Amino acid sequence: MKDLYWEHFPHQADMGVRGVGPTPAAAFEQAALAMTAVVTDPGLVAPSESLEIDCEAPDDELLLADWLNRLILEMAVRHMLFSRFAVVLDGHRLHATVWGEHVDVAKHQPAVEIKGATYTELKVSRTEAGAWLAQCIVDV
Amino acid sequence: MDISQLVRVSDYEWRIAPFGRMRVPAVIYADQALILEMDQKVYEQITNVAMLPGIVKAAYAMPDAHWGYGFPIGGVAAFDPDEGGVISAGGVGFDISCGVRTLHTGLKAEEVAPVKQKLSDRLFSKVPAGMGSTGRLHLDAGEMDAMLRGGAQWAVKRGYGTAADLERIEEHGCMAGAEPDKVSEHAKHRQRDEVGTLGSGNHYLELQEIAEIYDSEVADRFRLRQGEIVVSIHCGSRGLGHQIGTEFLKQMVIAAPGYGIQLPDRELACAPISSPLGQDYLGAMRAAVNCALANRQVITHLTREVFAEILPGTPLDLLYDVSHNTCKQESHAVDGQSRRLYVHRKGATRAFGPGHPALPGDLRDVGQPVLIGGSMGTASYILVGTEQGMERSFGSACHGAGRAMSRHQAMRQWHGSDLVRDLASRGILIRSPSLRGVAEEAPGAYKDVSAVVDASDRAGLARKVAKLTPLACIKG
Repeated sequence: MKDLYWEHFPHQADMGVRGVGPTPAAAFEQAALAMTAVVTDPGLVAPSESLEIDCEAPDDELLLADWLNRLILEMAVRHMLFSRFAVVLDGHRLHATVWGEHVDVAKHQPAVEIKGATYTELKVSRTEAGAWLAQCIVDV
Repeated sequence: MDISQLVRVSDYEWRIAPFGRMRVPAVIYADQALILEMDQKVYEQITNVAMLPGIVKAAYAMPDAHWGYGFPIGGVAAFDPDEGGVISAGGVGFDISCGVRTLHTGLKAEEVAPVKQKLSDRLFSKVPAGMGSTGRLHLDAGEMDAMLRGGAQWAVKRGYGTAADLERIEEHGCMAGAEPDKVSEHAKHRQRDEVGTLGSGNHYLELQEIAEIYDSEVADRFRLRQGEIVVSIHCGSRGLGHQIGTEFLKQMVIAAPGYGIQLPDRELACAPISSPLGQDYLGAMRAAVNCALANRQVITHLTREVFAEILPGTPLDLLYDVSHNTCKQESHAVDGQSRRLYVHRKGATRAFGPGHPALPGDLRDVGQPVLIGGSMGTASYILVGTEQGMERSFGSACHGAGRAMSRHQAMRQWHGSDLVRDLASRGILIRSPSLRGVAEEAPGAYKDVSAVVDASDRAGLARKVAKLTPLACIKG
């Protein structure tokens, strides 16, 4: 099995996003990609503009929710979608550079707007295979 | 849900006696078939709610209850501040004051039929819908605060609607106690261009025909006549509400241990109502309620502009405007005593019975119109609040169908373009910026709203008045 991937998992009303990677930072990046895929095909989003994101939380899981919620905020206020992420974790502090482009309705056909990353099914842990997993349900 | 864990009180009421850390029982209003379809998570979540400090009487699940965040969607719980009662950001949810309003056109279906296509196209171009869309209004800091304080009253003052509209909105269009200062700059930034936008997901603007009347006396009072057309709008507090929910959820999770609150689920994050954090959230949440009321008011105005172009002279009077995701301070009789409680309704509609002082004067003797939105392509219903509902669920009823299938499954099962074609062949026009969004909202992905409404009626939570069927749906 690959050790760097993202996937969706079902929730009755909304959508679960899951990132898996060799490090927590890689899992956070993949979870962000999974979140973009809730809205559109990440392959359609050109990484043409970048911005920096910093956040901090008392534990890994709240930090994951914070990270995804910051991306949701940036998507909403900049009318952007993101497709490339470089995350650096220092304890419970996160610094990231993210790349994306402005929403183009004809090109991206955004399925939904994400309201928030929730604490439901929120998990940052190691898989049996030793990879890192980062996941939660996003409310759409 | 495993029905053997419940005690049957009647065909429509099921009870879970307190166990473990539960302070009160949990009560589920539904028939056996709906219970069997319910996710087991509803059981877990409603019993968790019953553990929260200061909860009064019981934790209630409405017939459309499904797996939510902390609270089940379709959850109702009241808290007493004098008994350490809490307010929960998770219990209100992300889309604060998401709700439905219905407008009378006074037009017969045959008068609308020749212009249905044109109306749908104009409404779709005029009412911004979907991700990344922005409204006509761009609020500066002063206007933002005025909107958050004034709600629909602010919108009417700015020329979006009439004073008569305000009488037909919960709180007369303005939630008292809103504190724009407690709303973060991020939340305000998120809302700057979003007033008067529908959003996405299950939000919509629909042309509907009154297909059936169940209670002709109440229907007359609500001015609902079979064969006439109404417009229903379903949306909420947009980015501002989502951001407030996100921020306070985190603050409450971190603060809970300091208040001595053991959270059965982090998503149930809460703070004592009387604490500074509880009061801050109340002020911000009430501002978000006003944001939702202003939003639906501006969309109403845009709808009226479209009708004025195509069918001039159409009144579009407001029947009523209800909110689904709220926490409101209300007086309720508990064991014969009137108490001031904070009632959380998460995916549940306020349904006040006859005589309630909060109702508009001309409808007070009848009861509150309870507007239940269907999903795209399916029926919606109008009910009326009852006296029993006041006793059984703090004056609350269901809010819609609830999903039967995840978005993921729906997307695999249906293609948006096929759905649009199928619905068009049944006379239902769909206008949406996203075909994938349409697939995720497929009518088959939702439970049967009729079963949910029948269970609300038979459980005595609210009484059926009329059924509405869709003619055209503008989706976000």
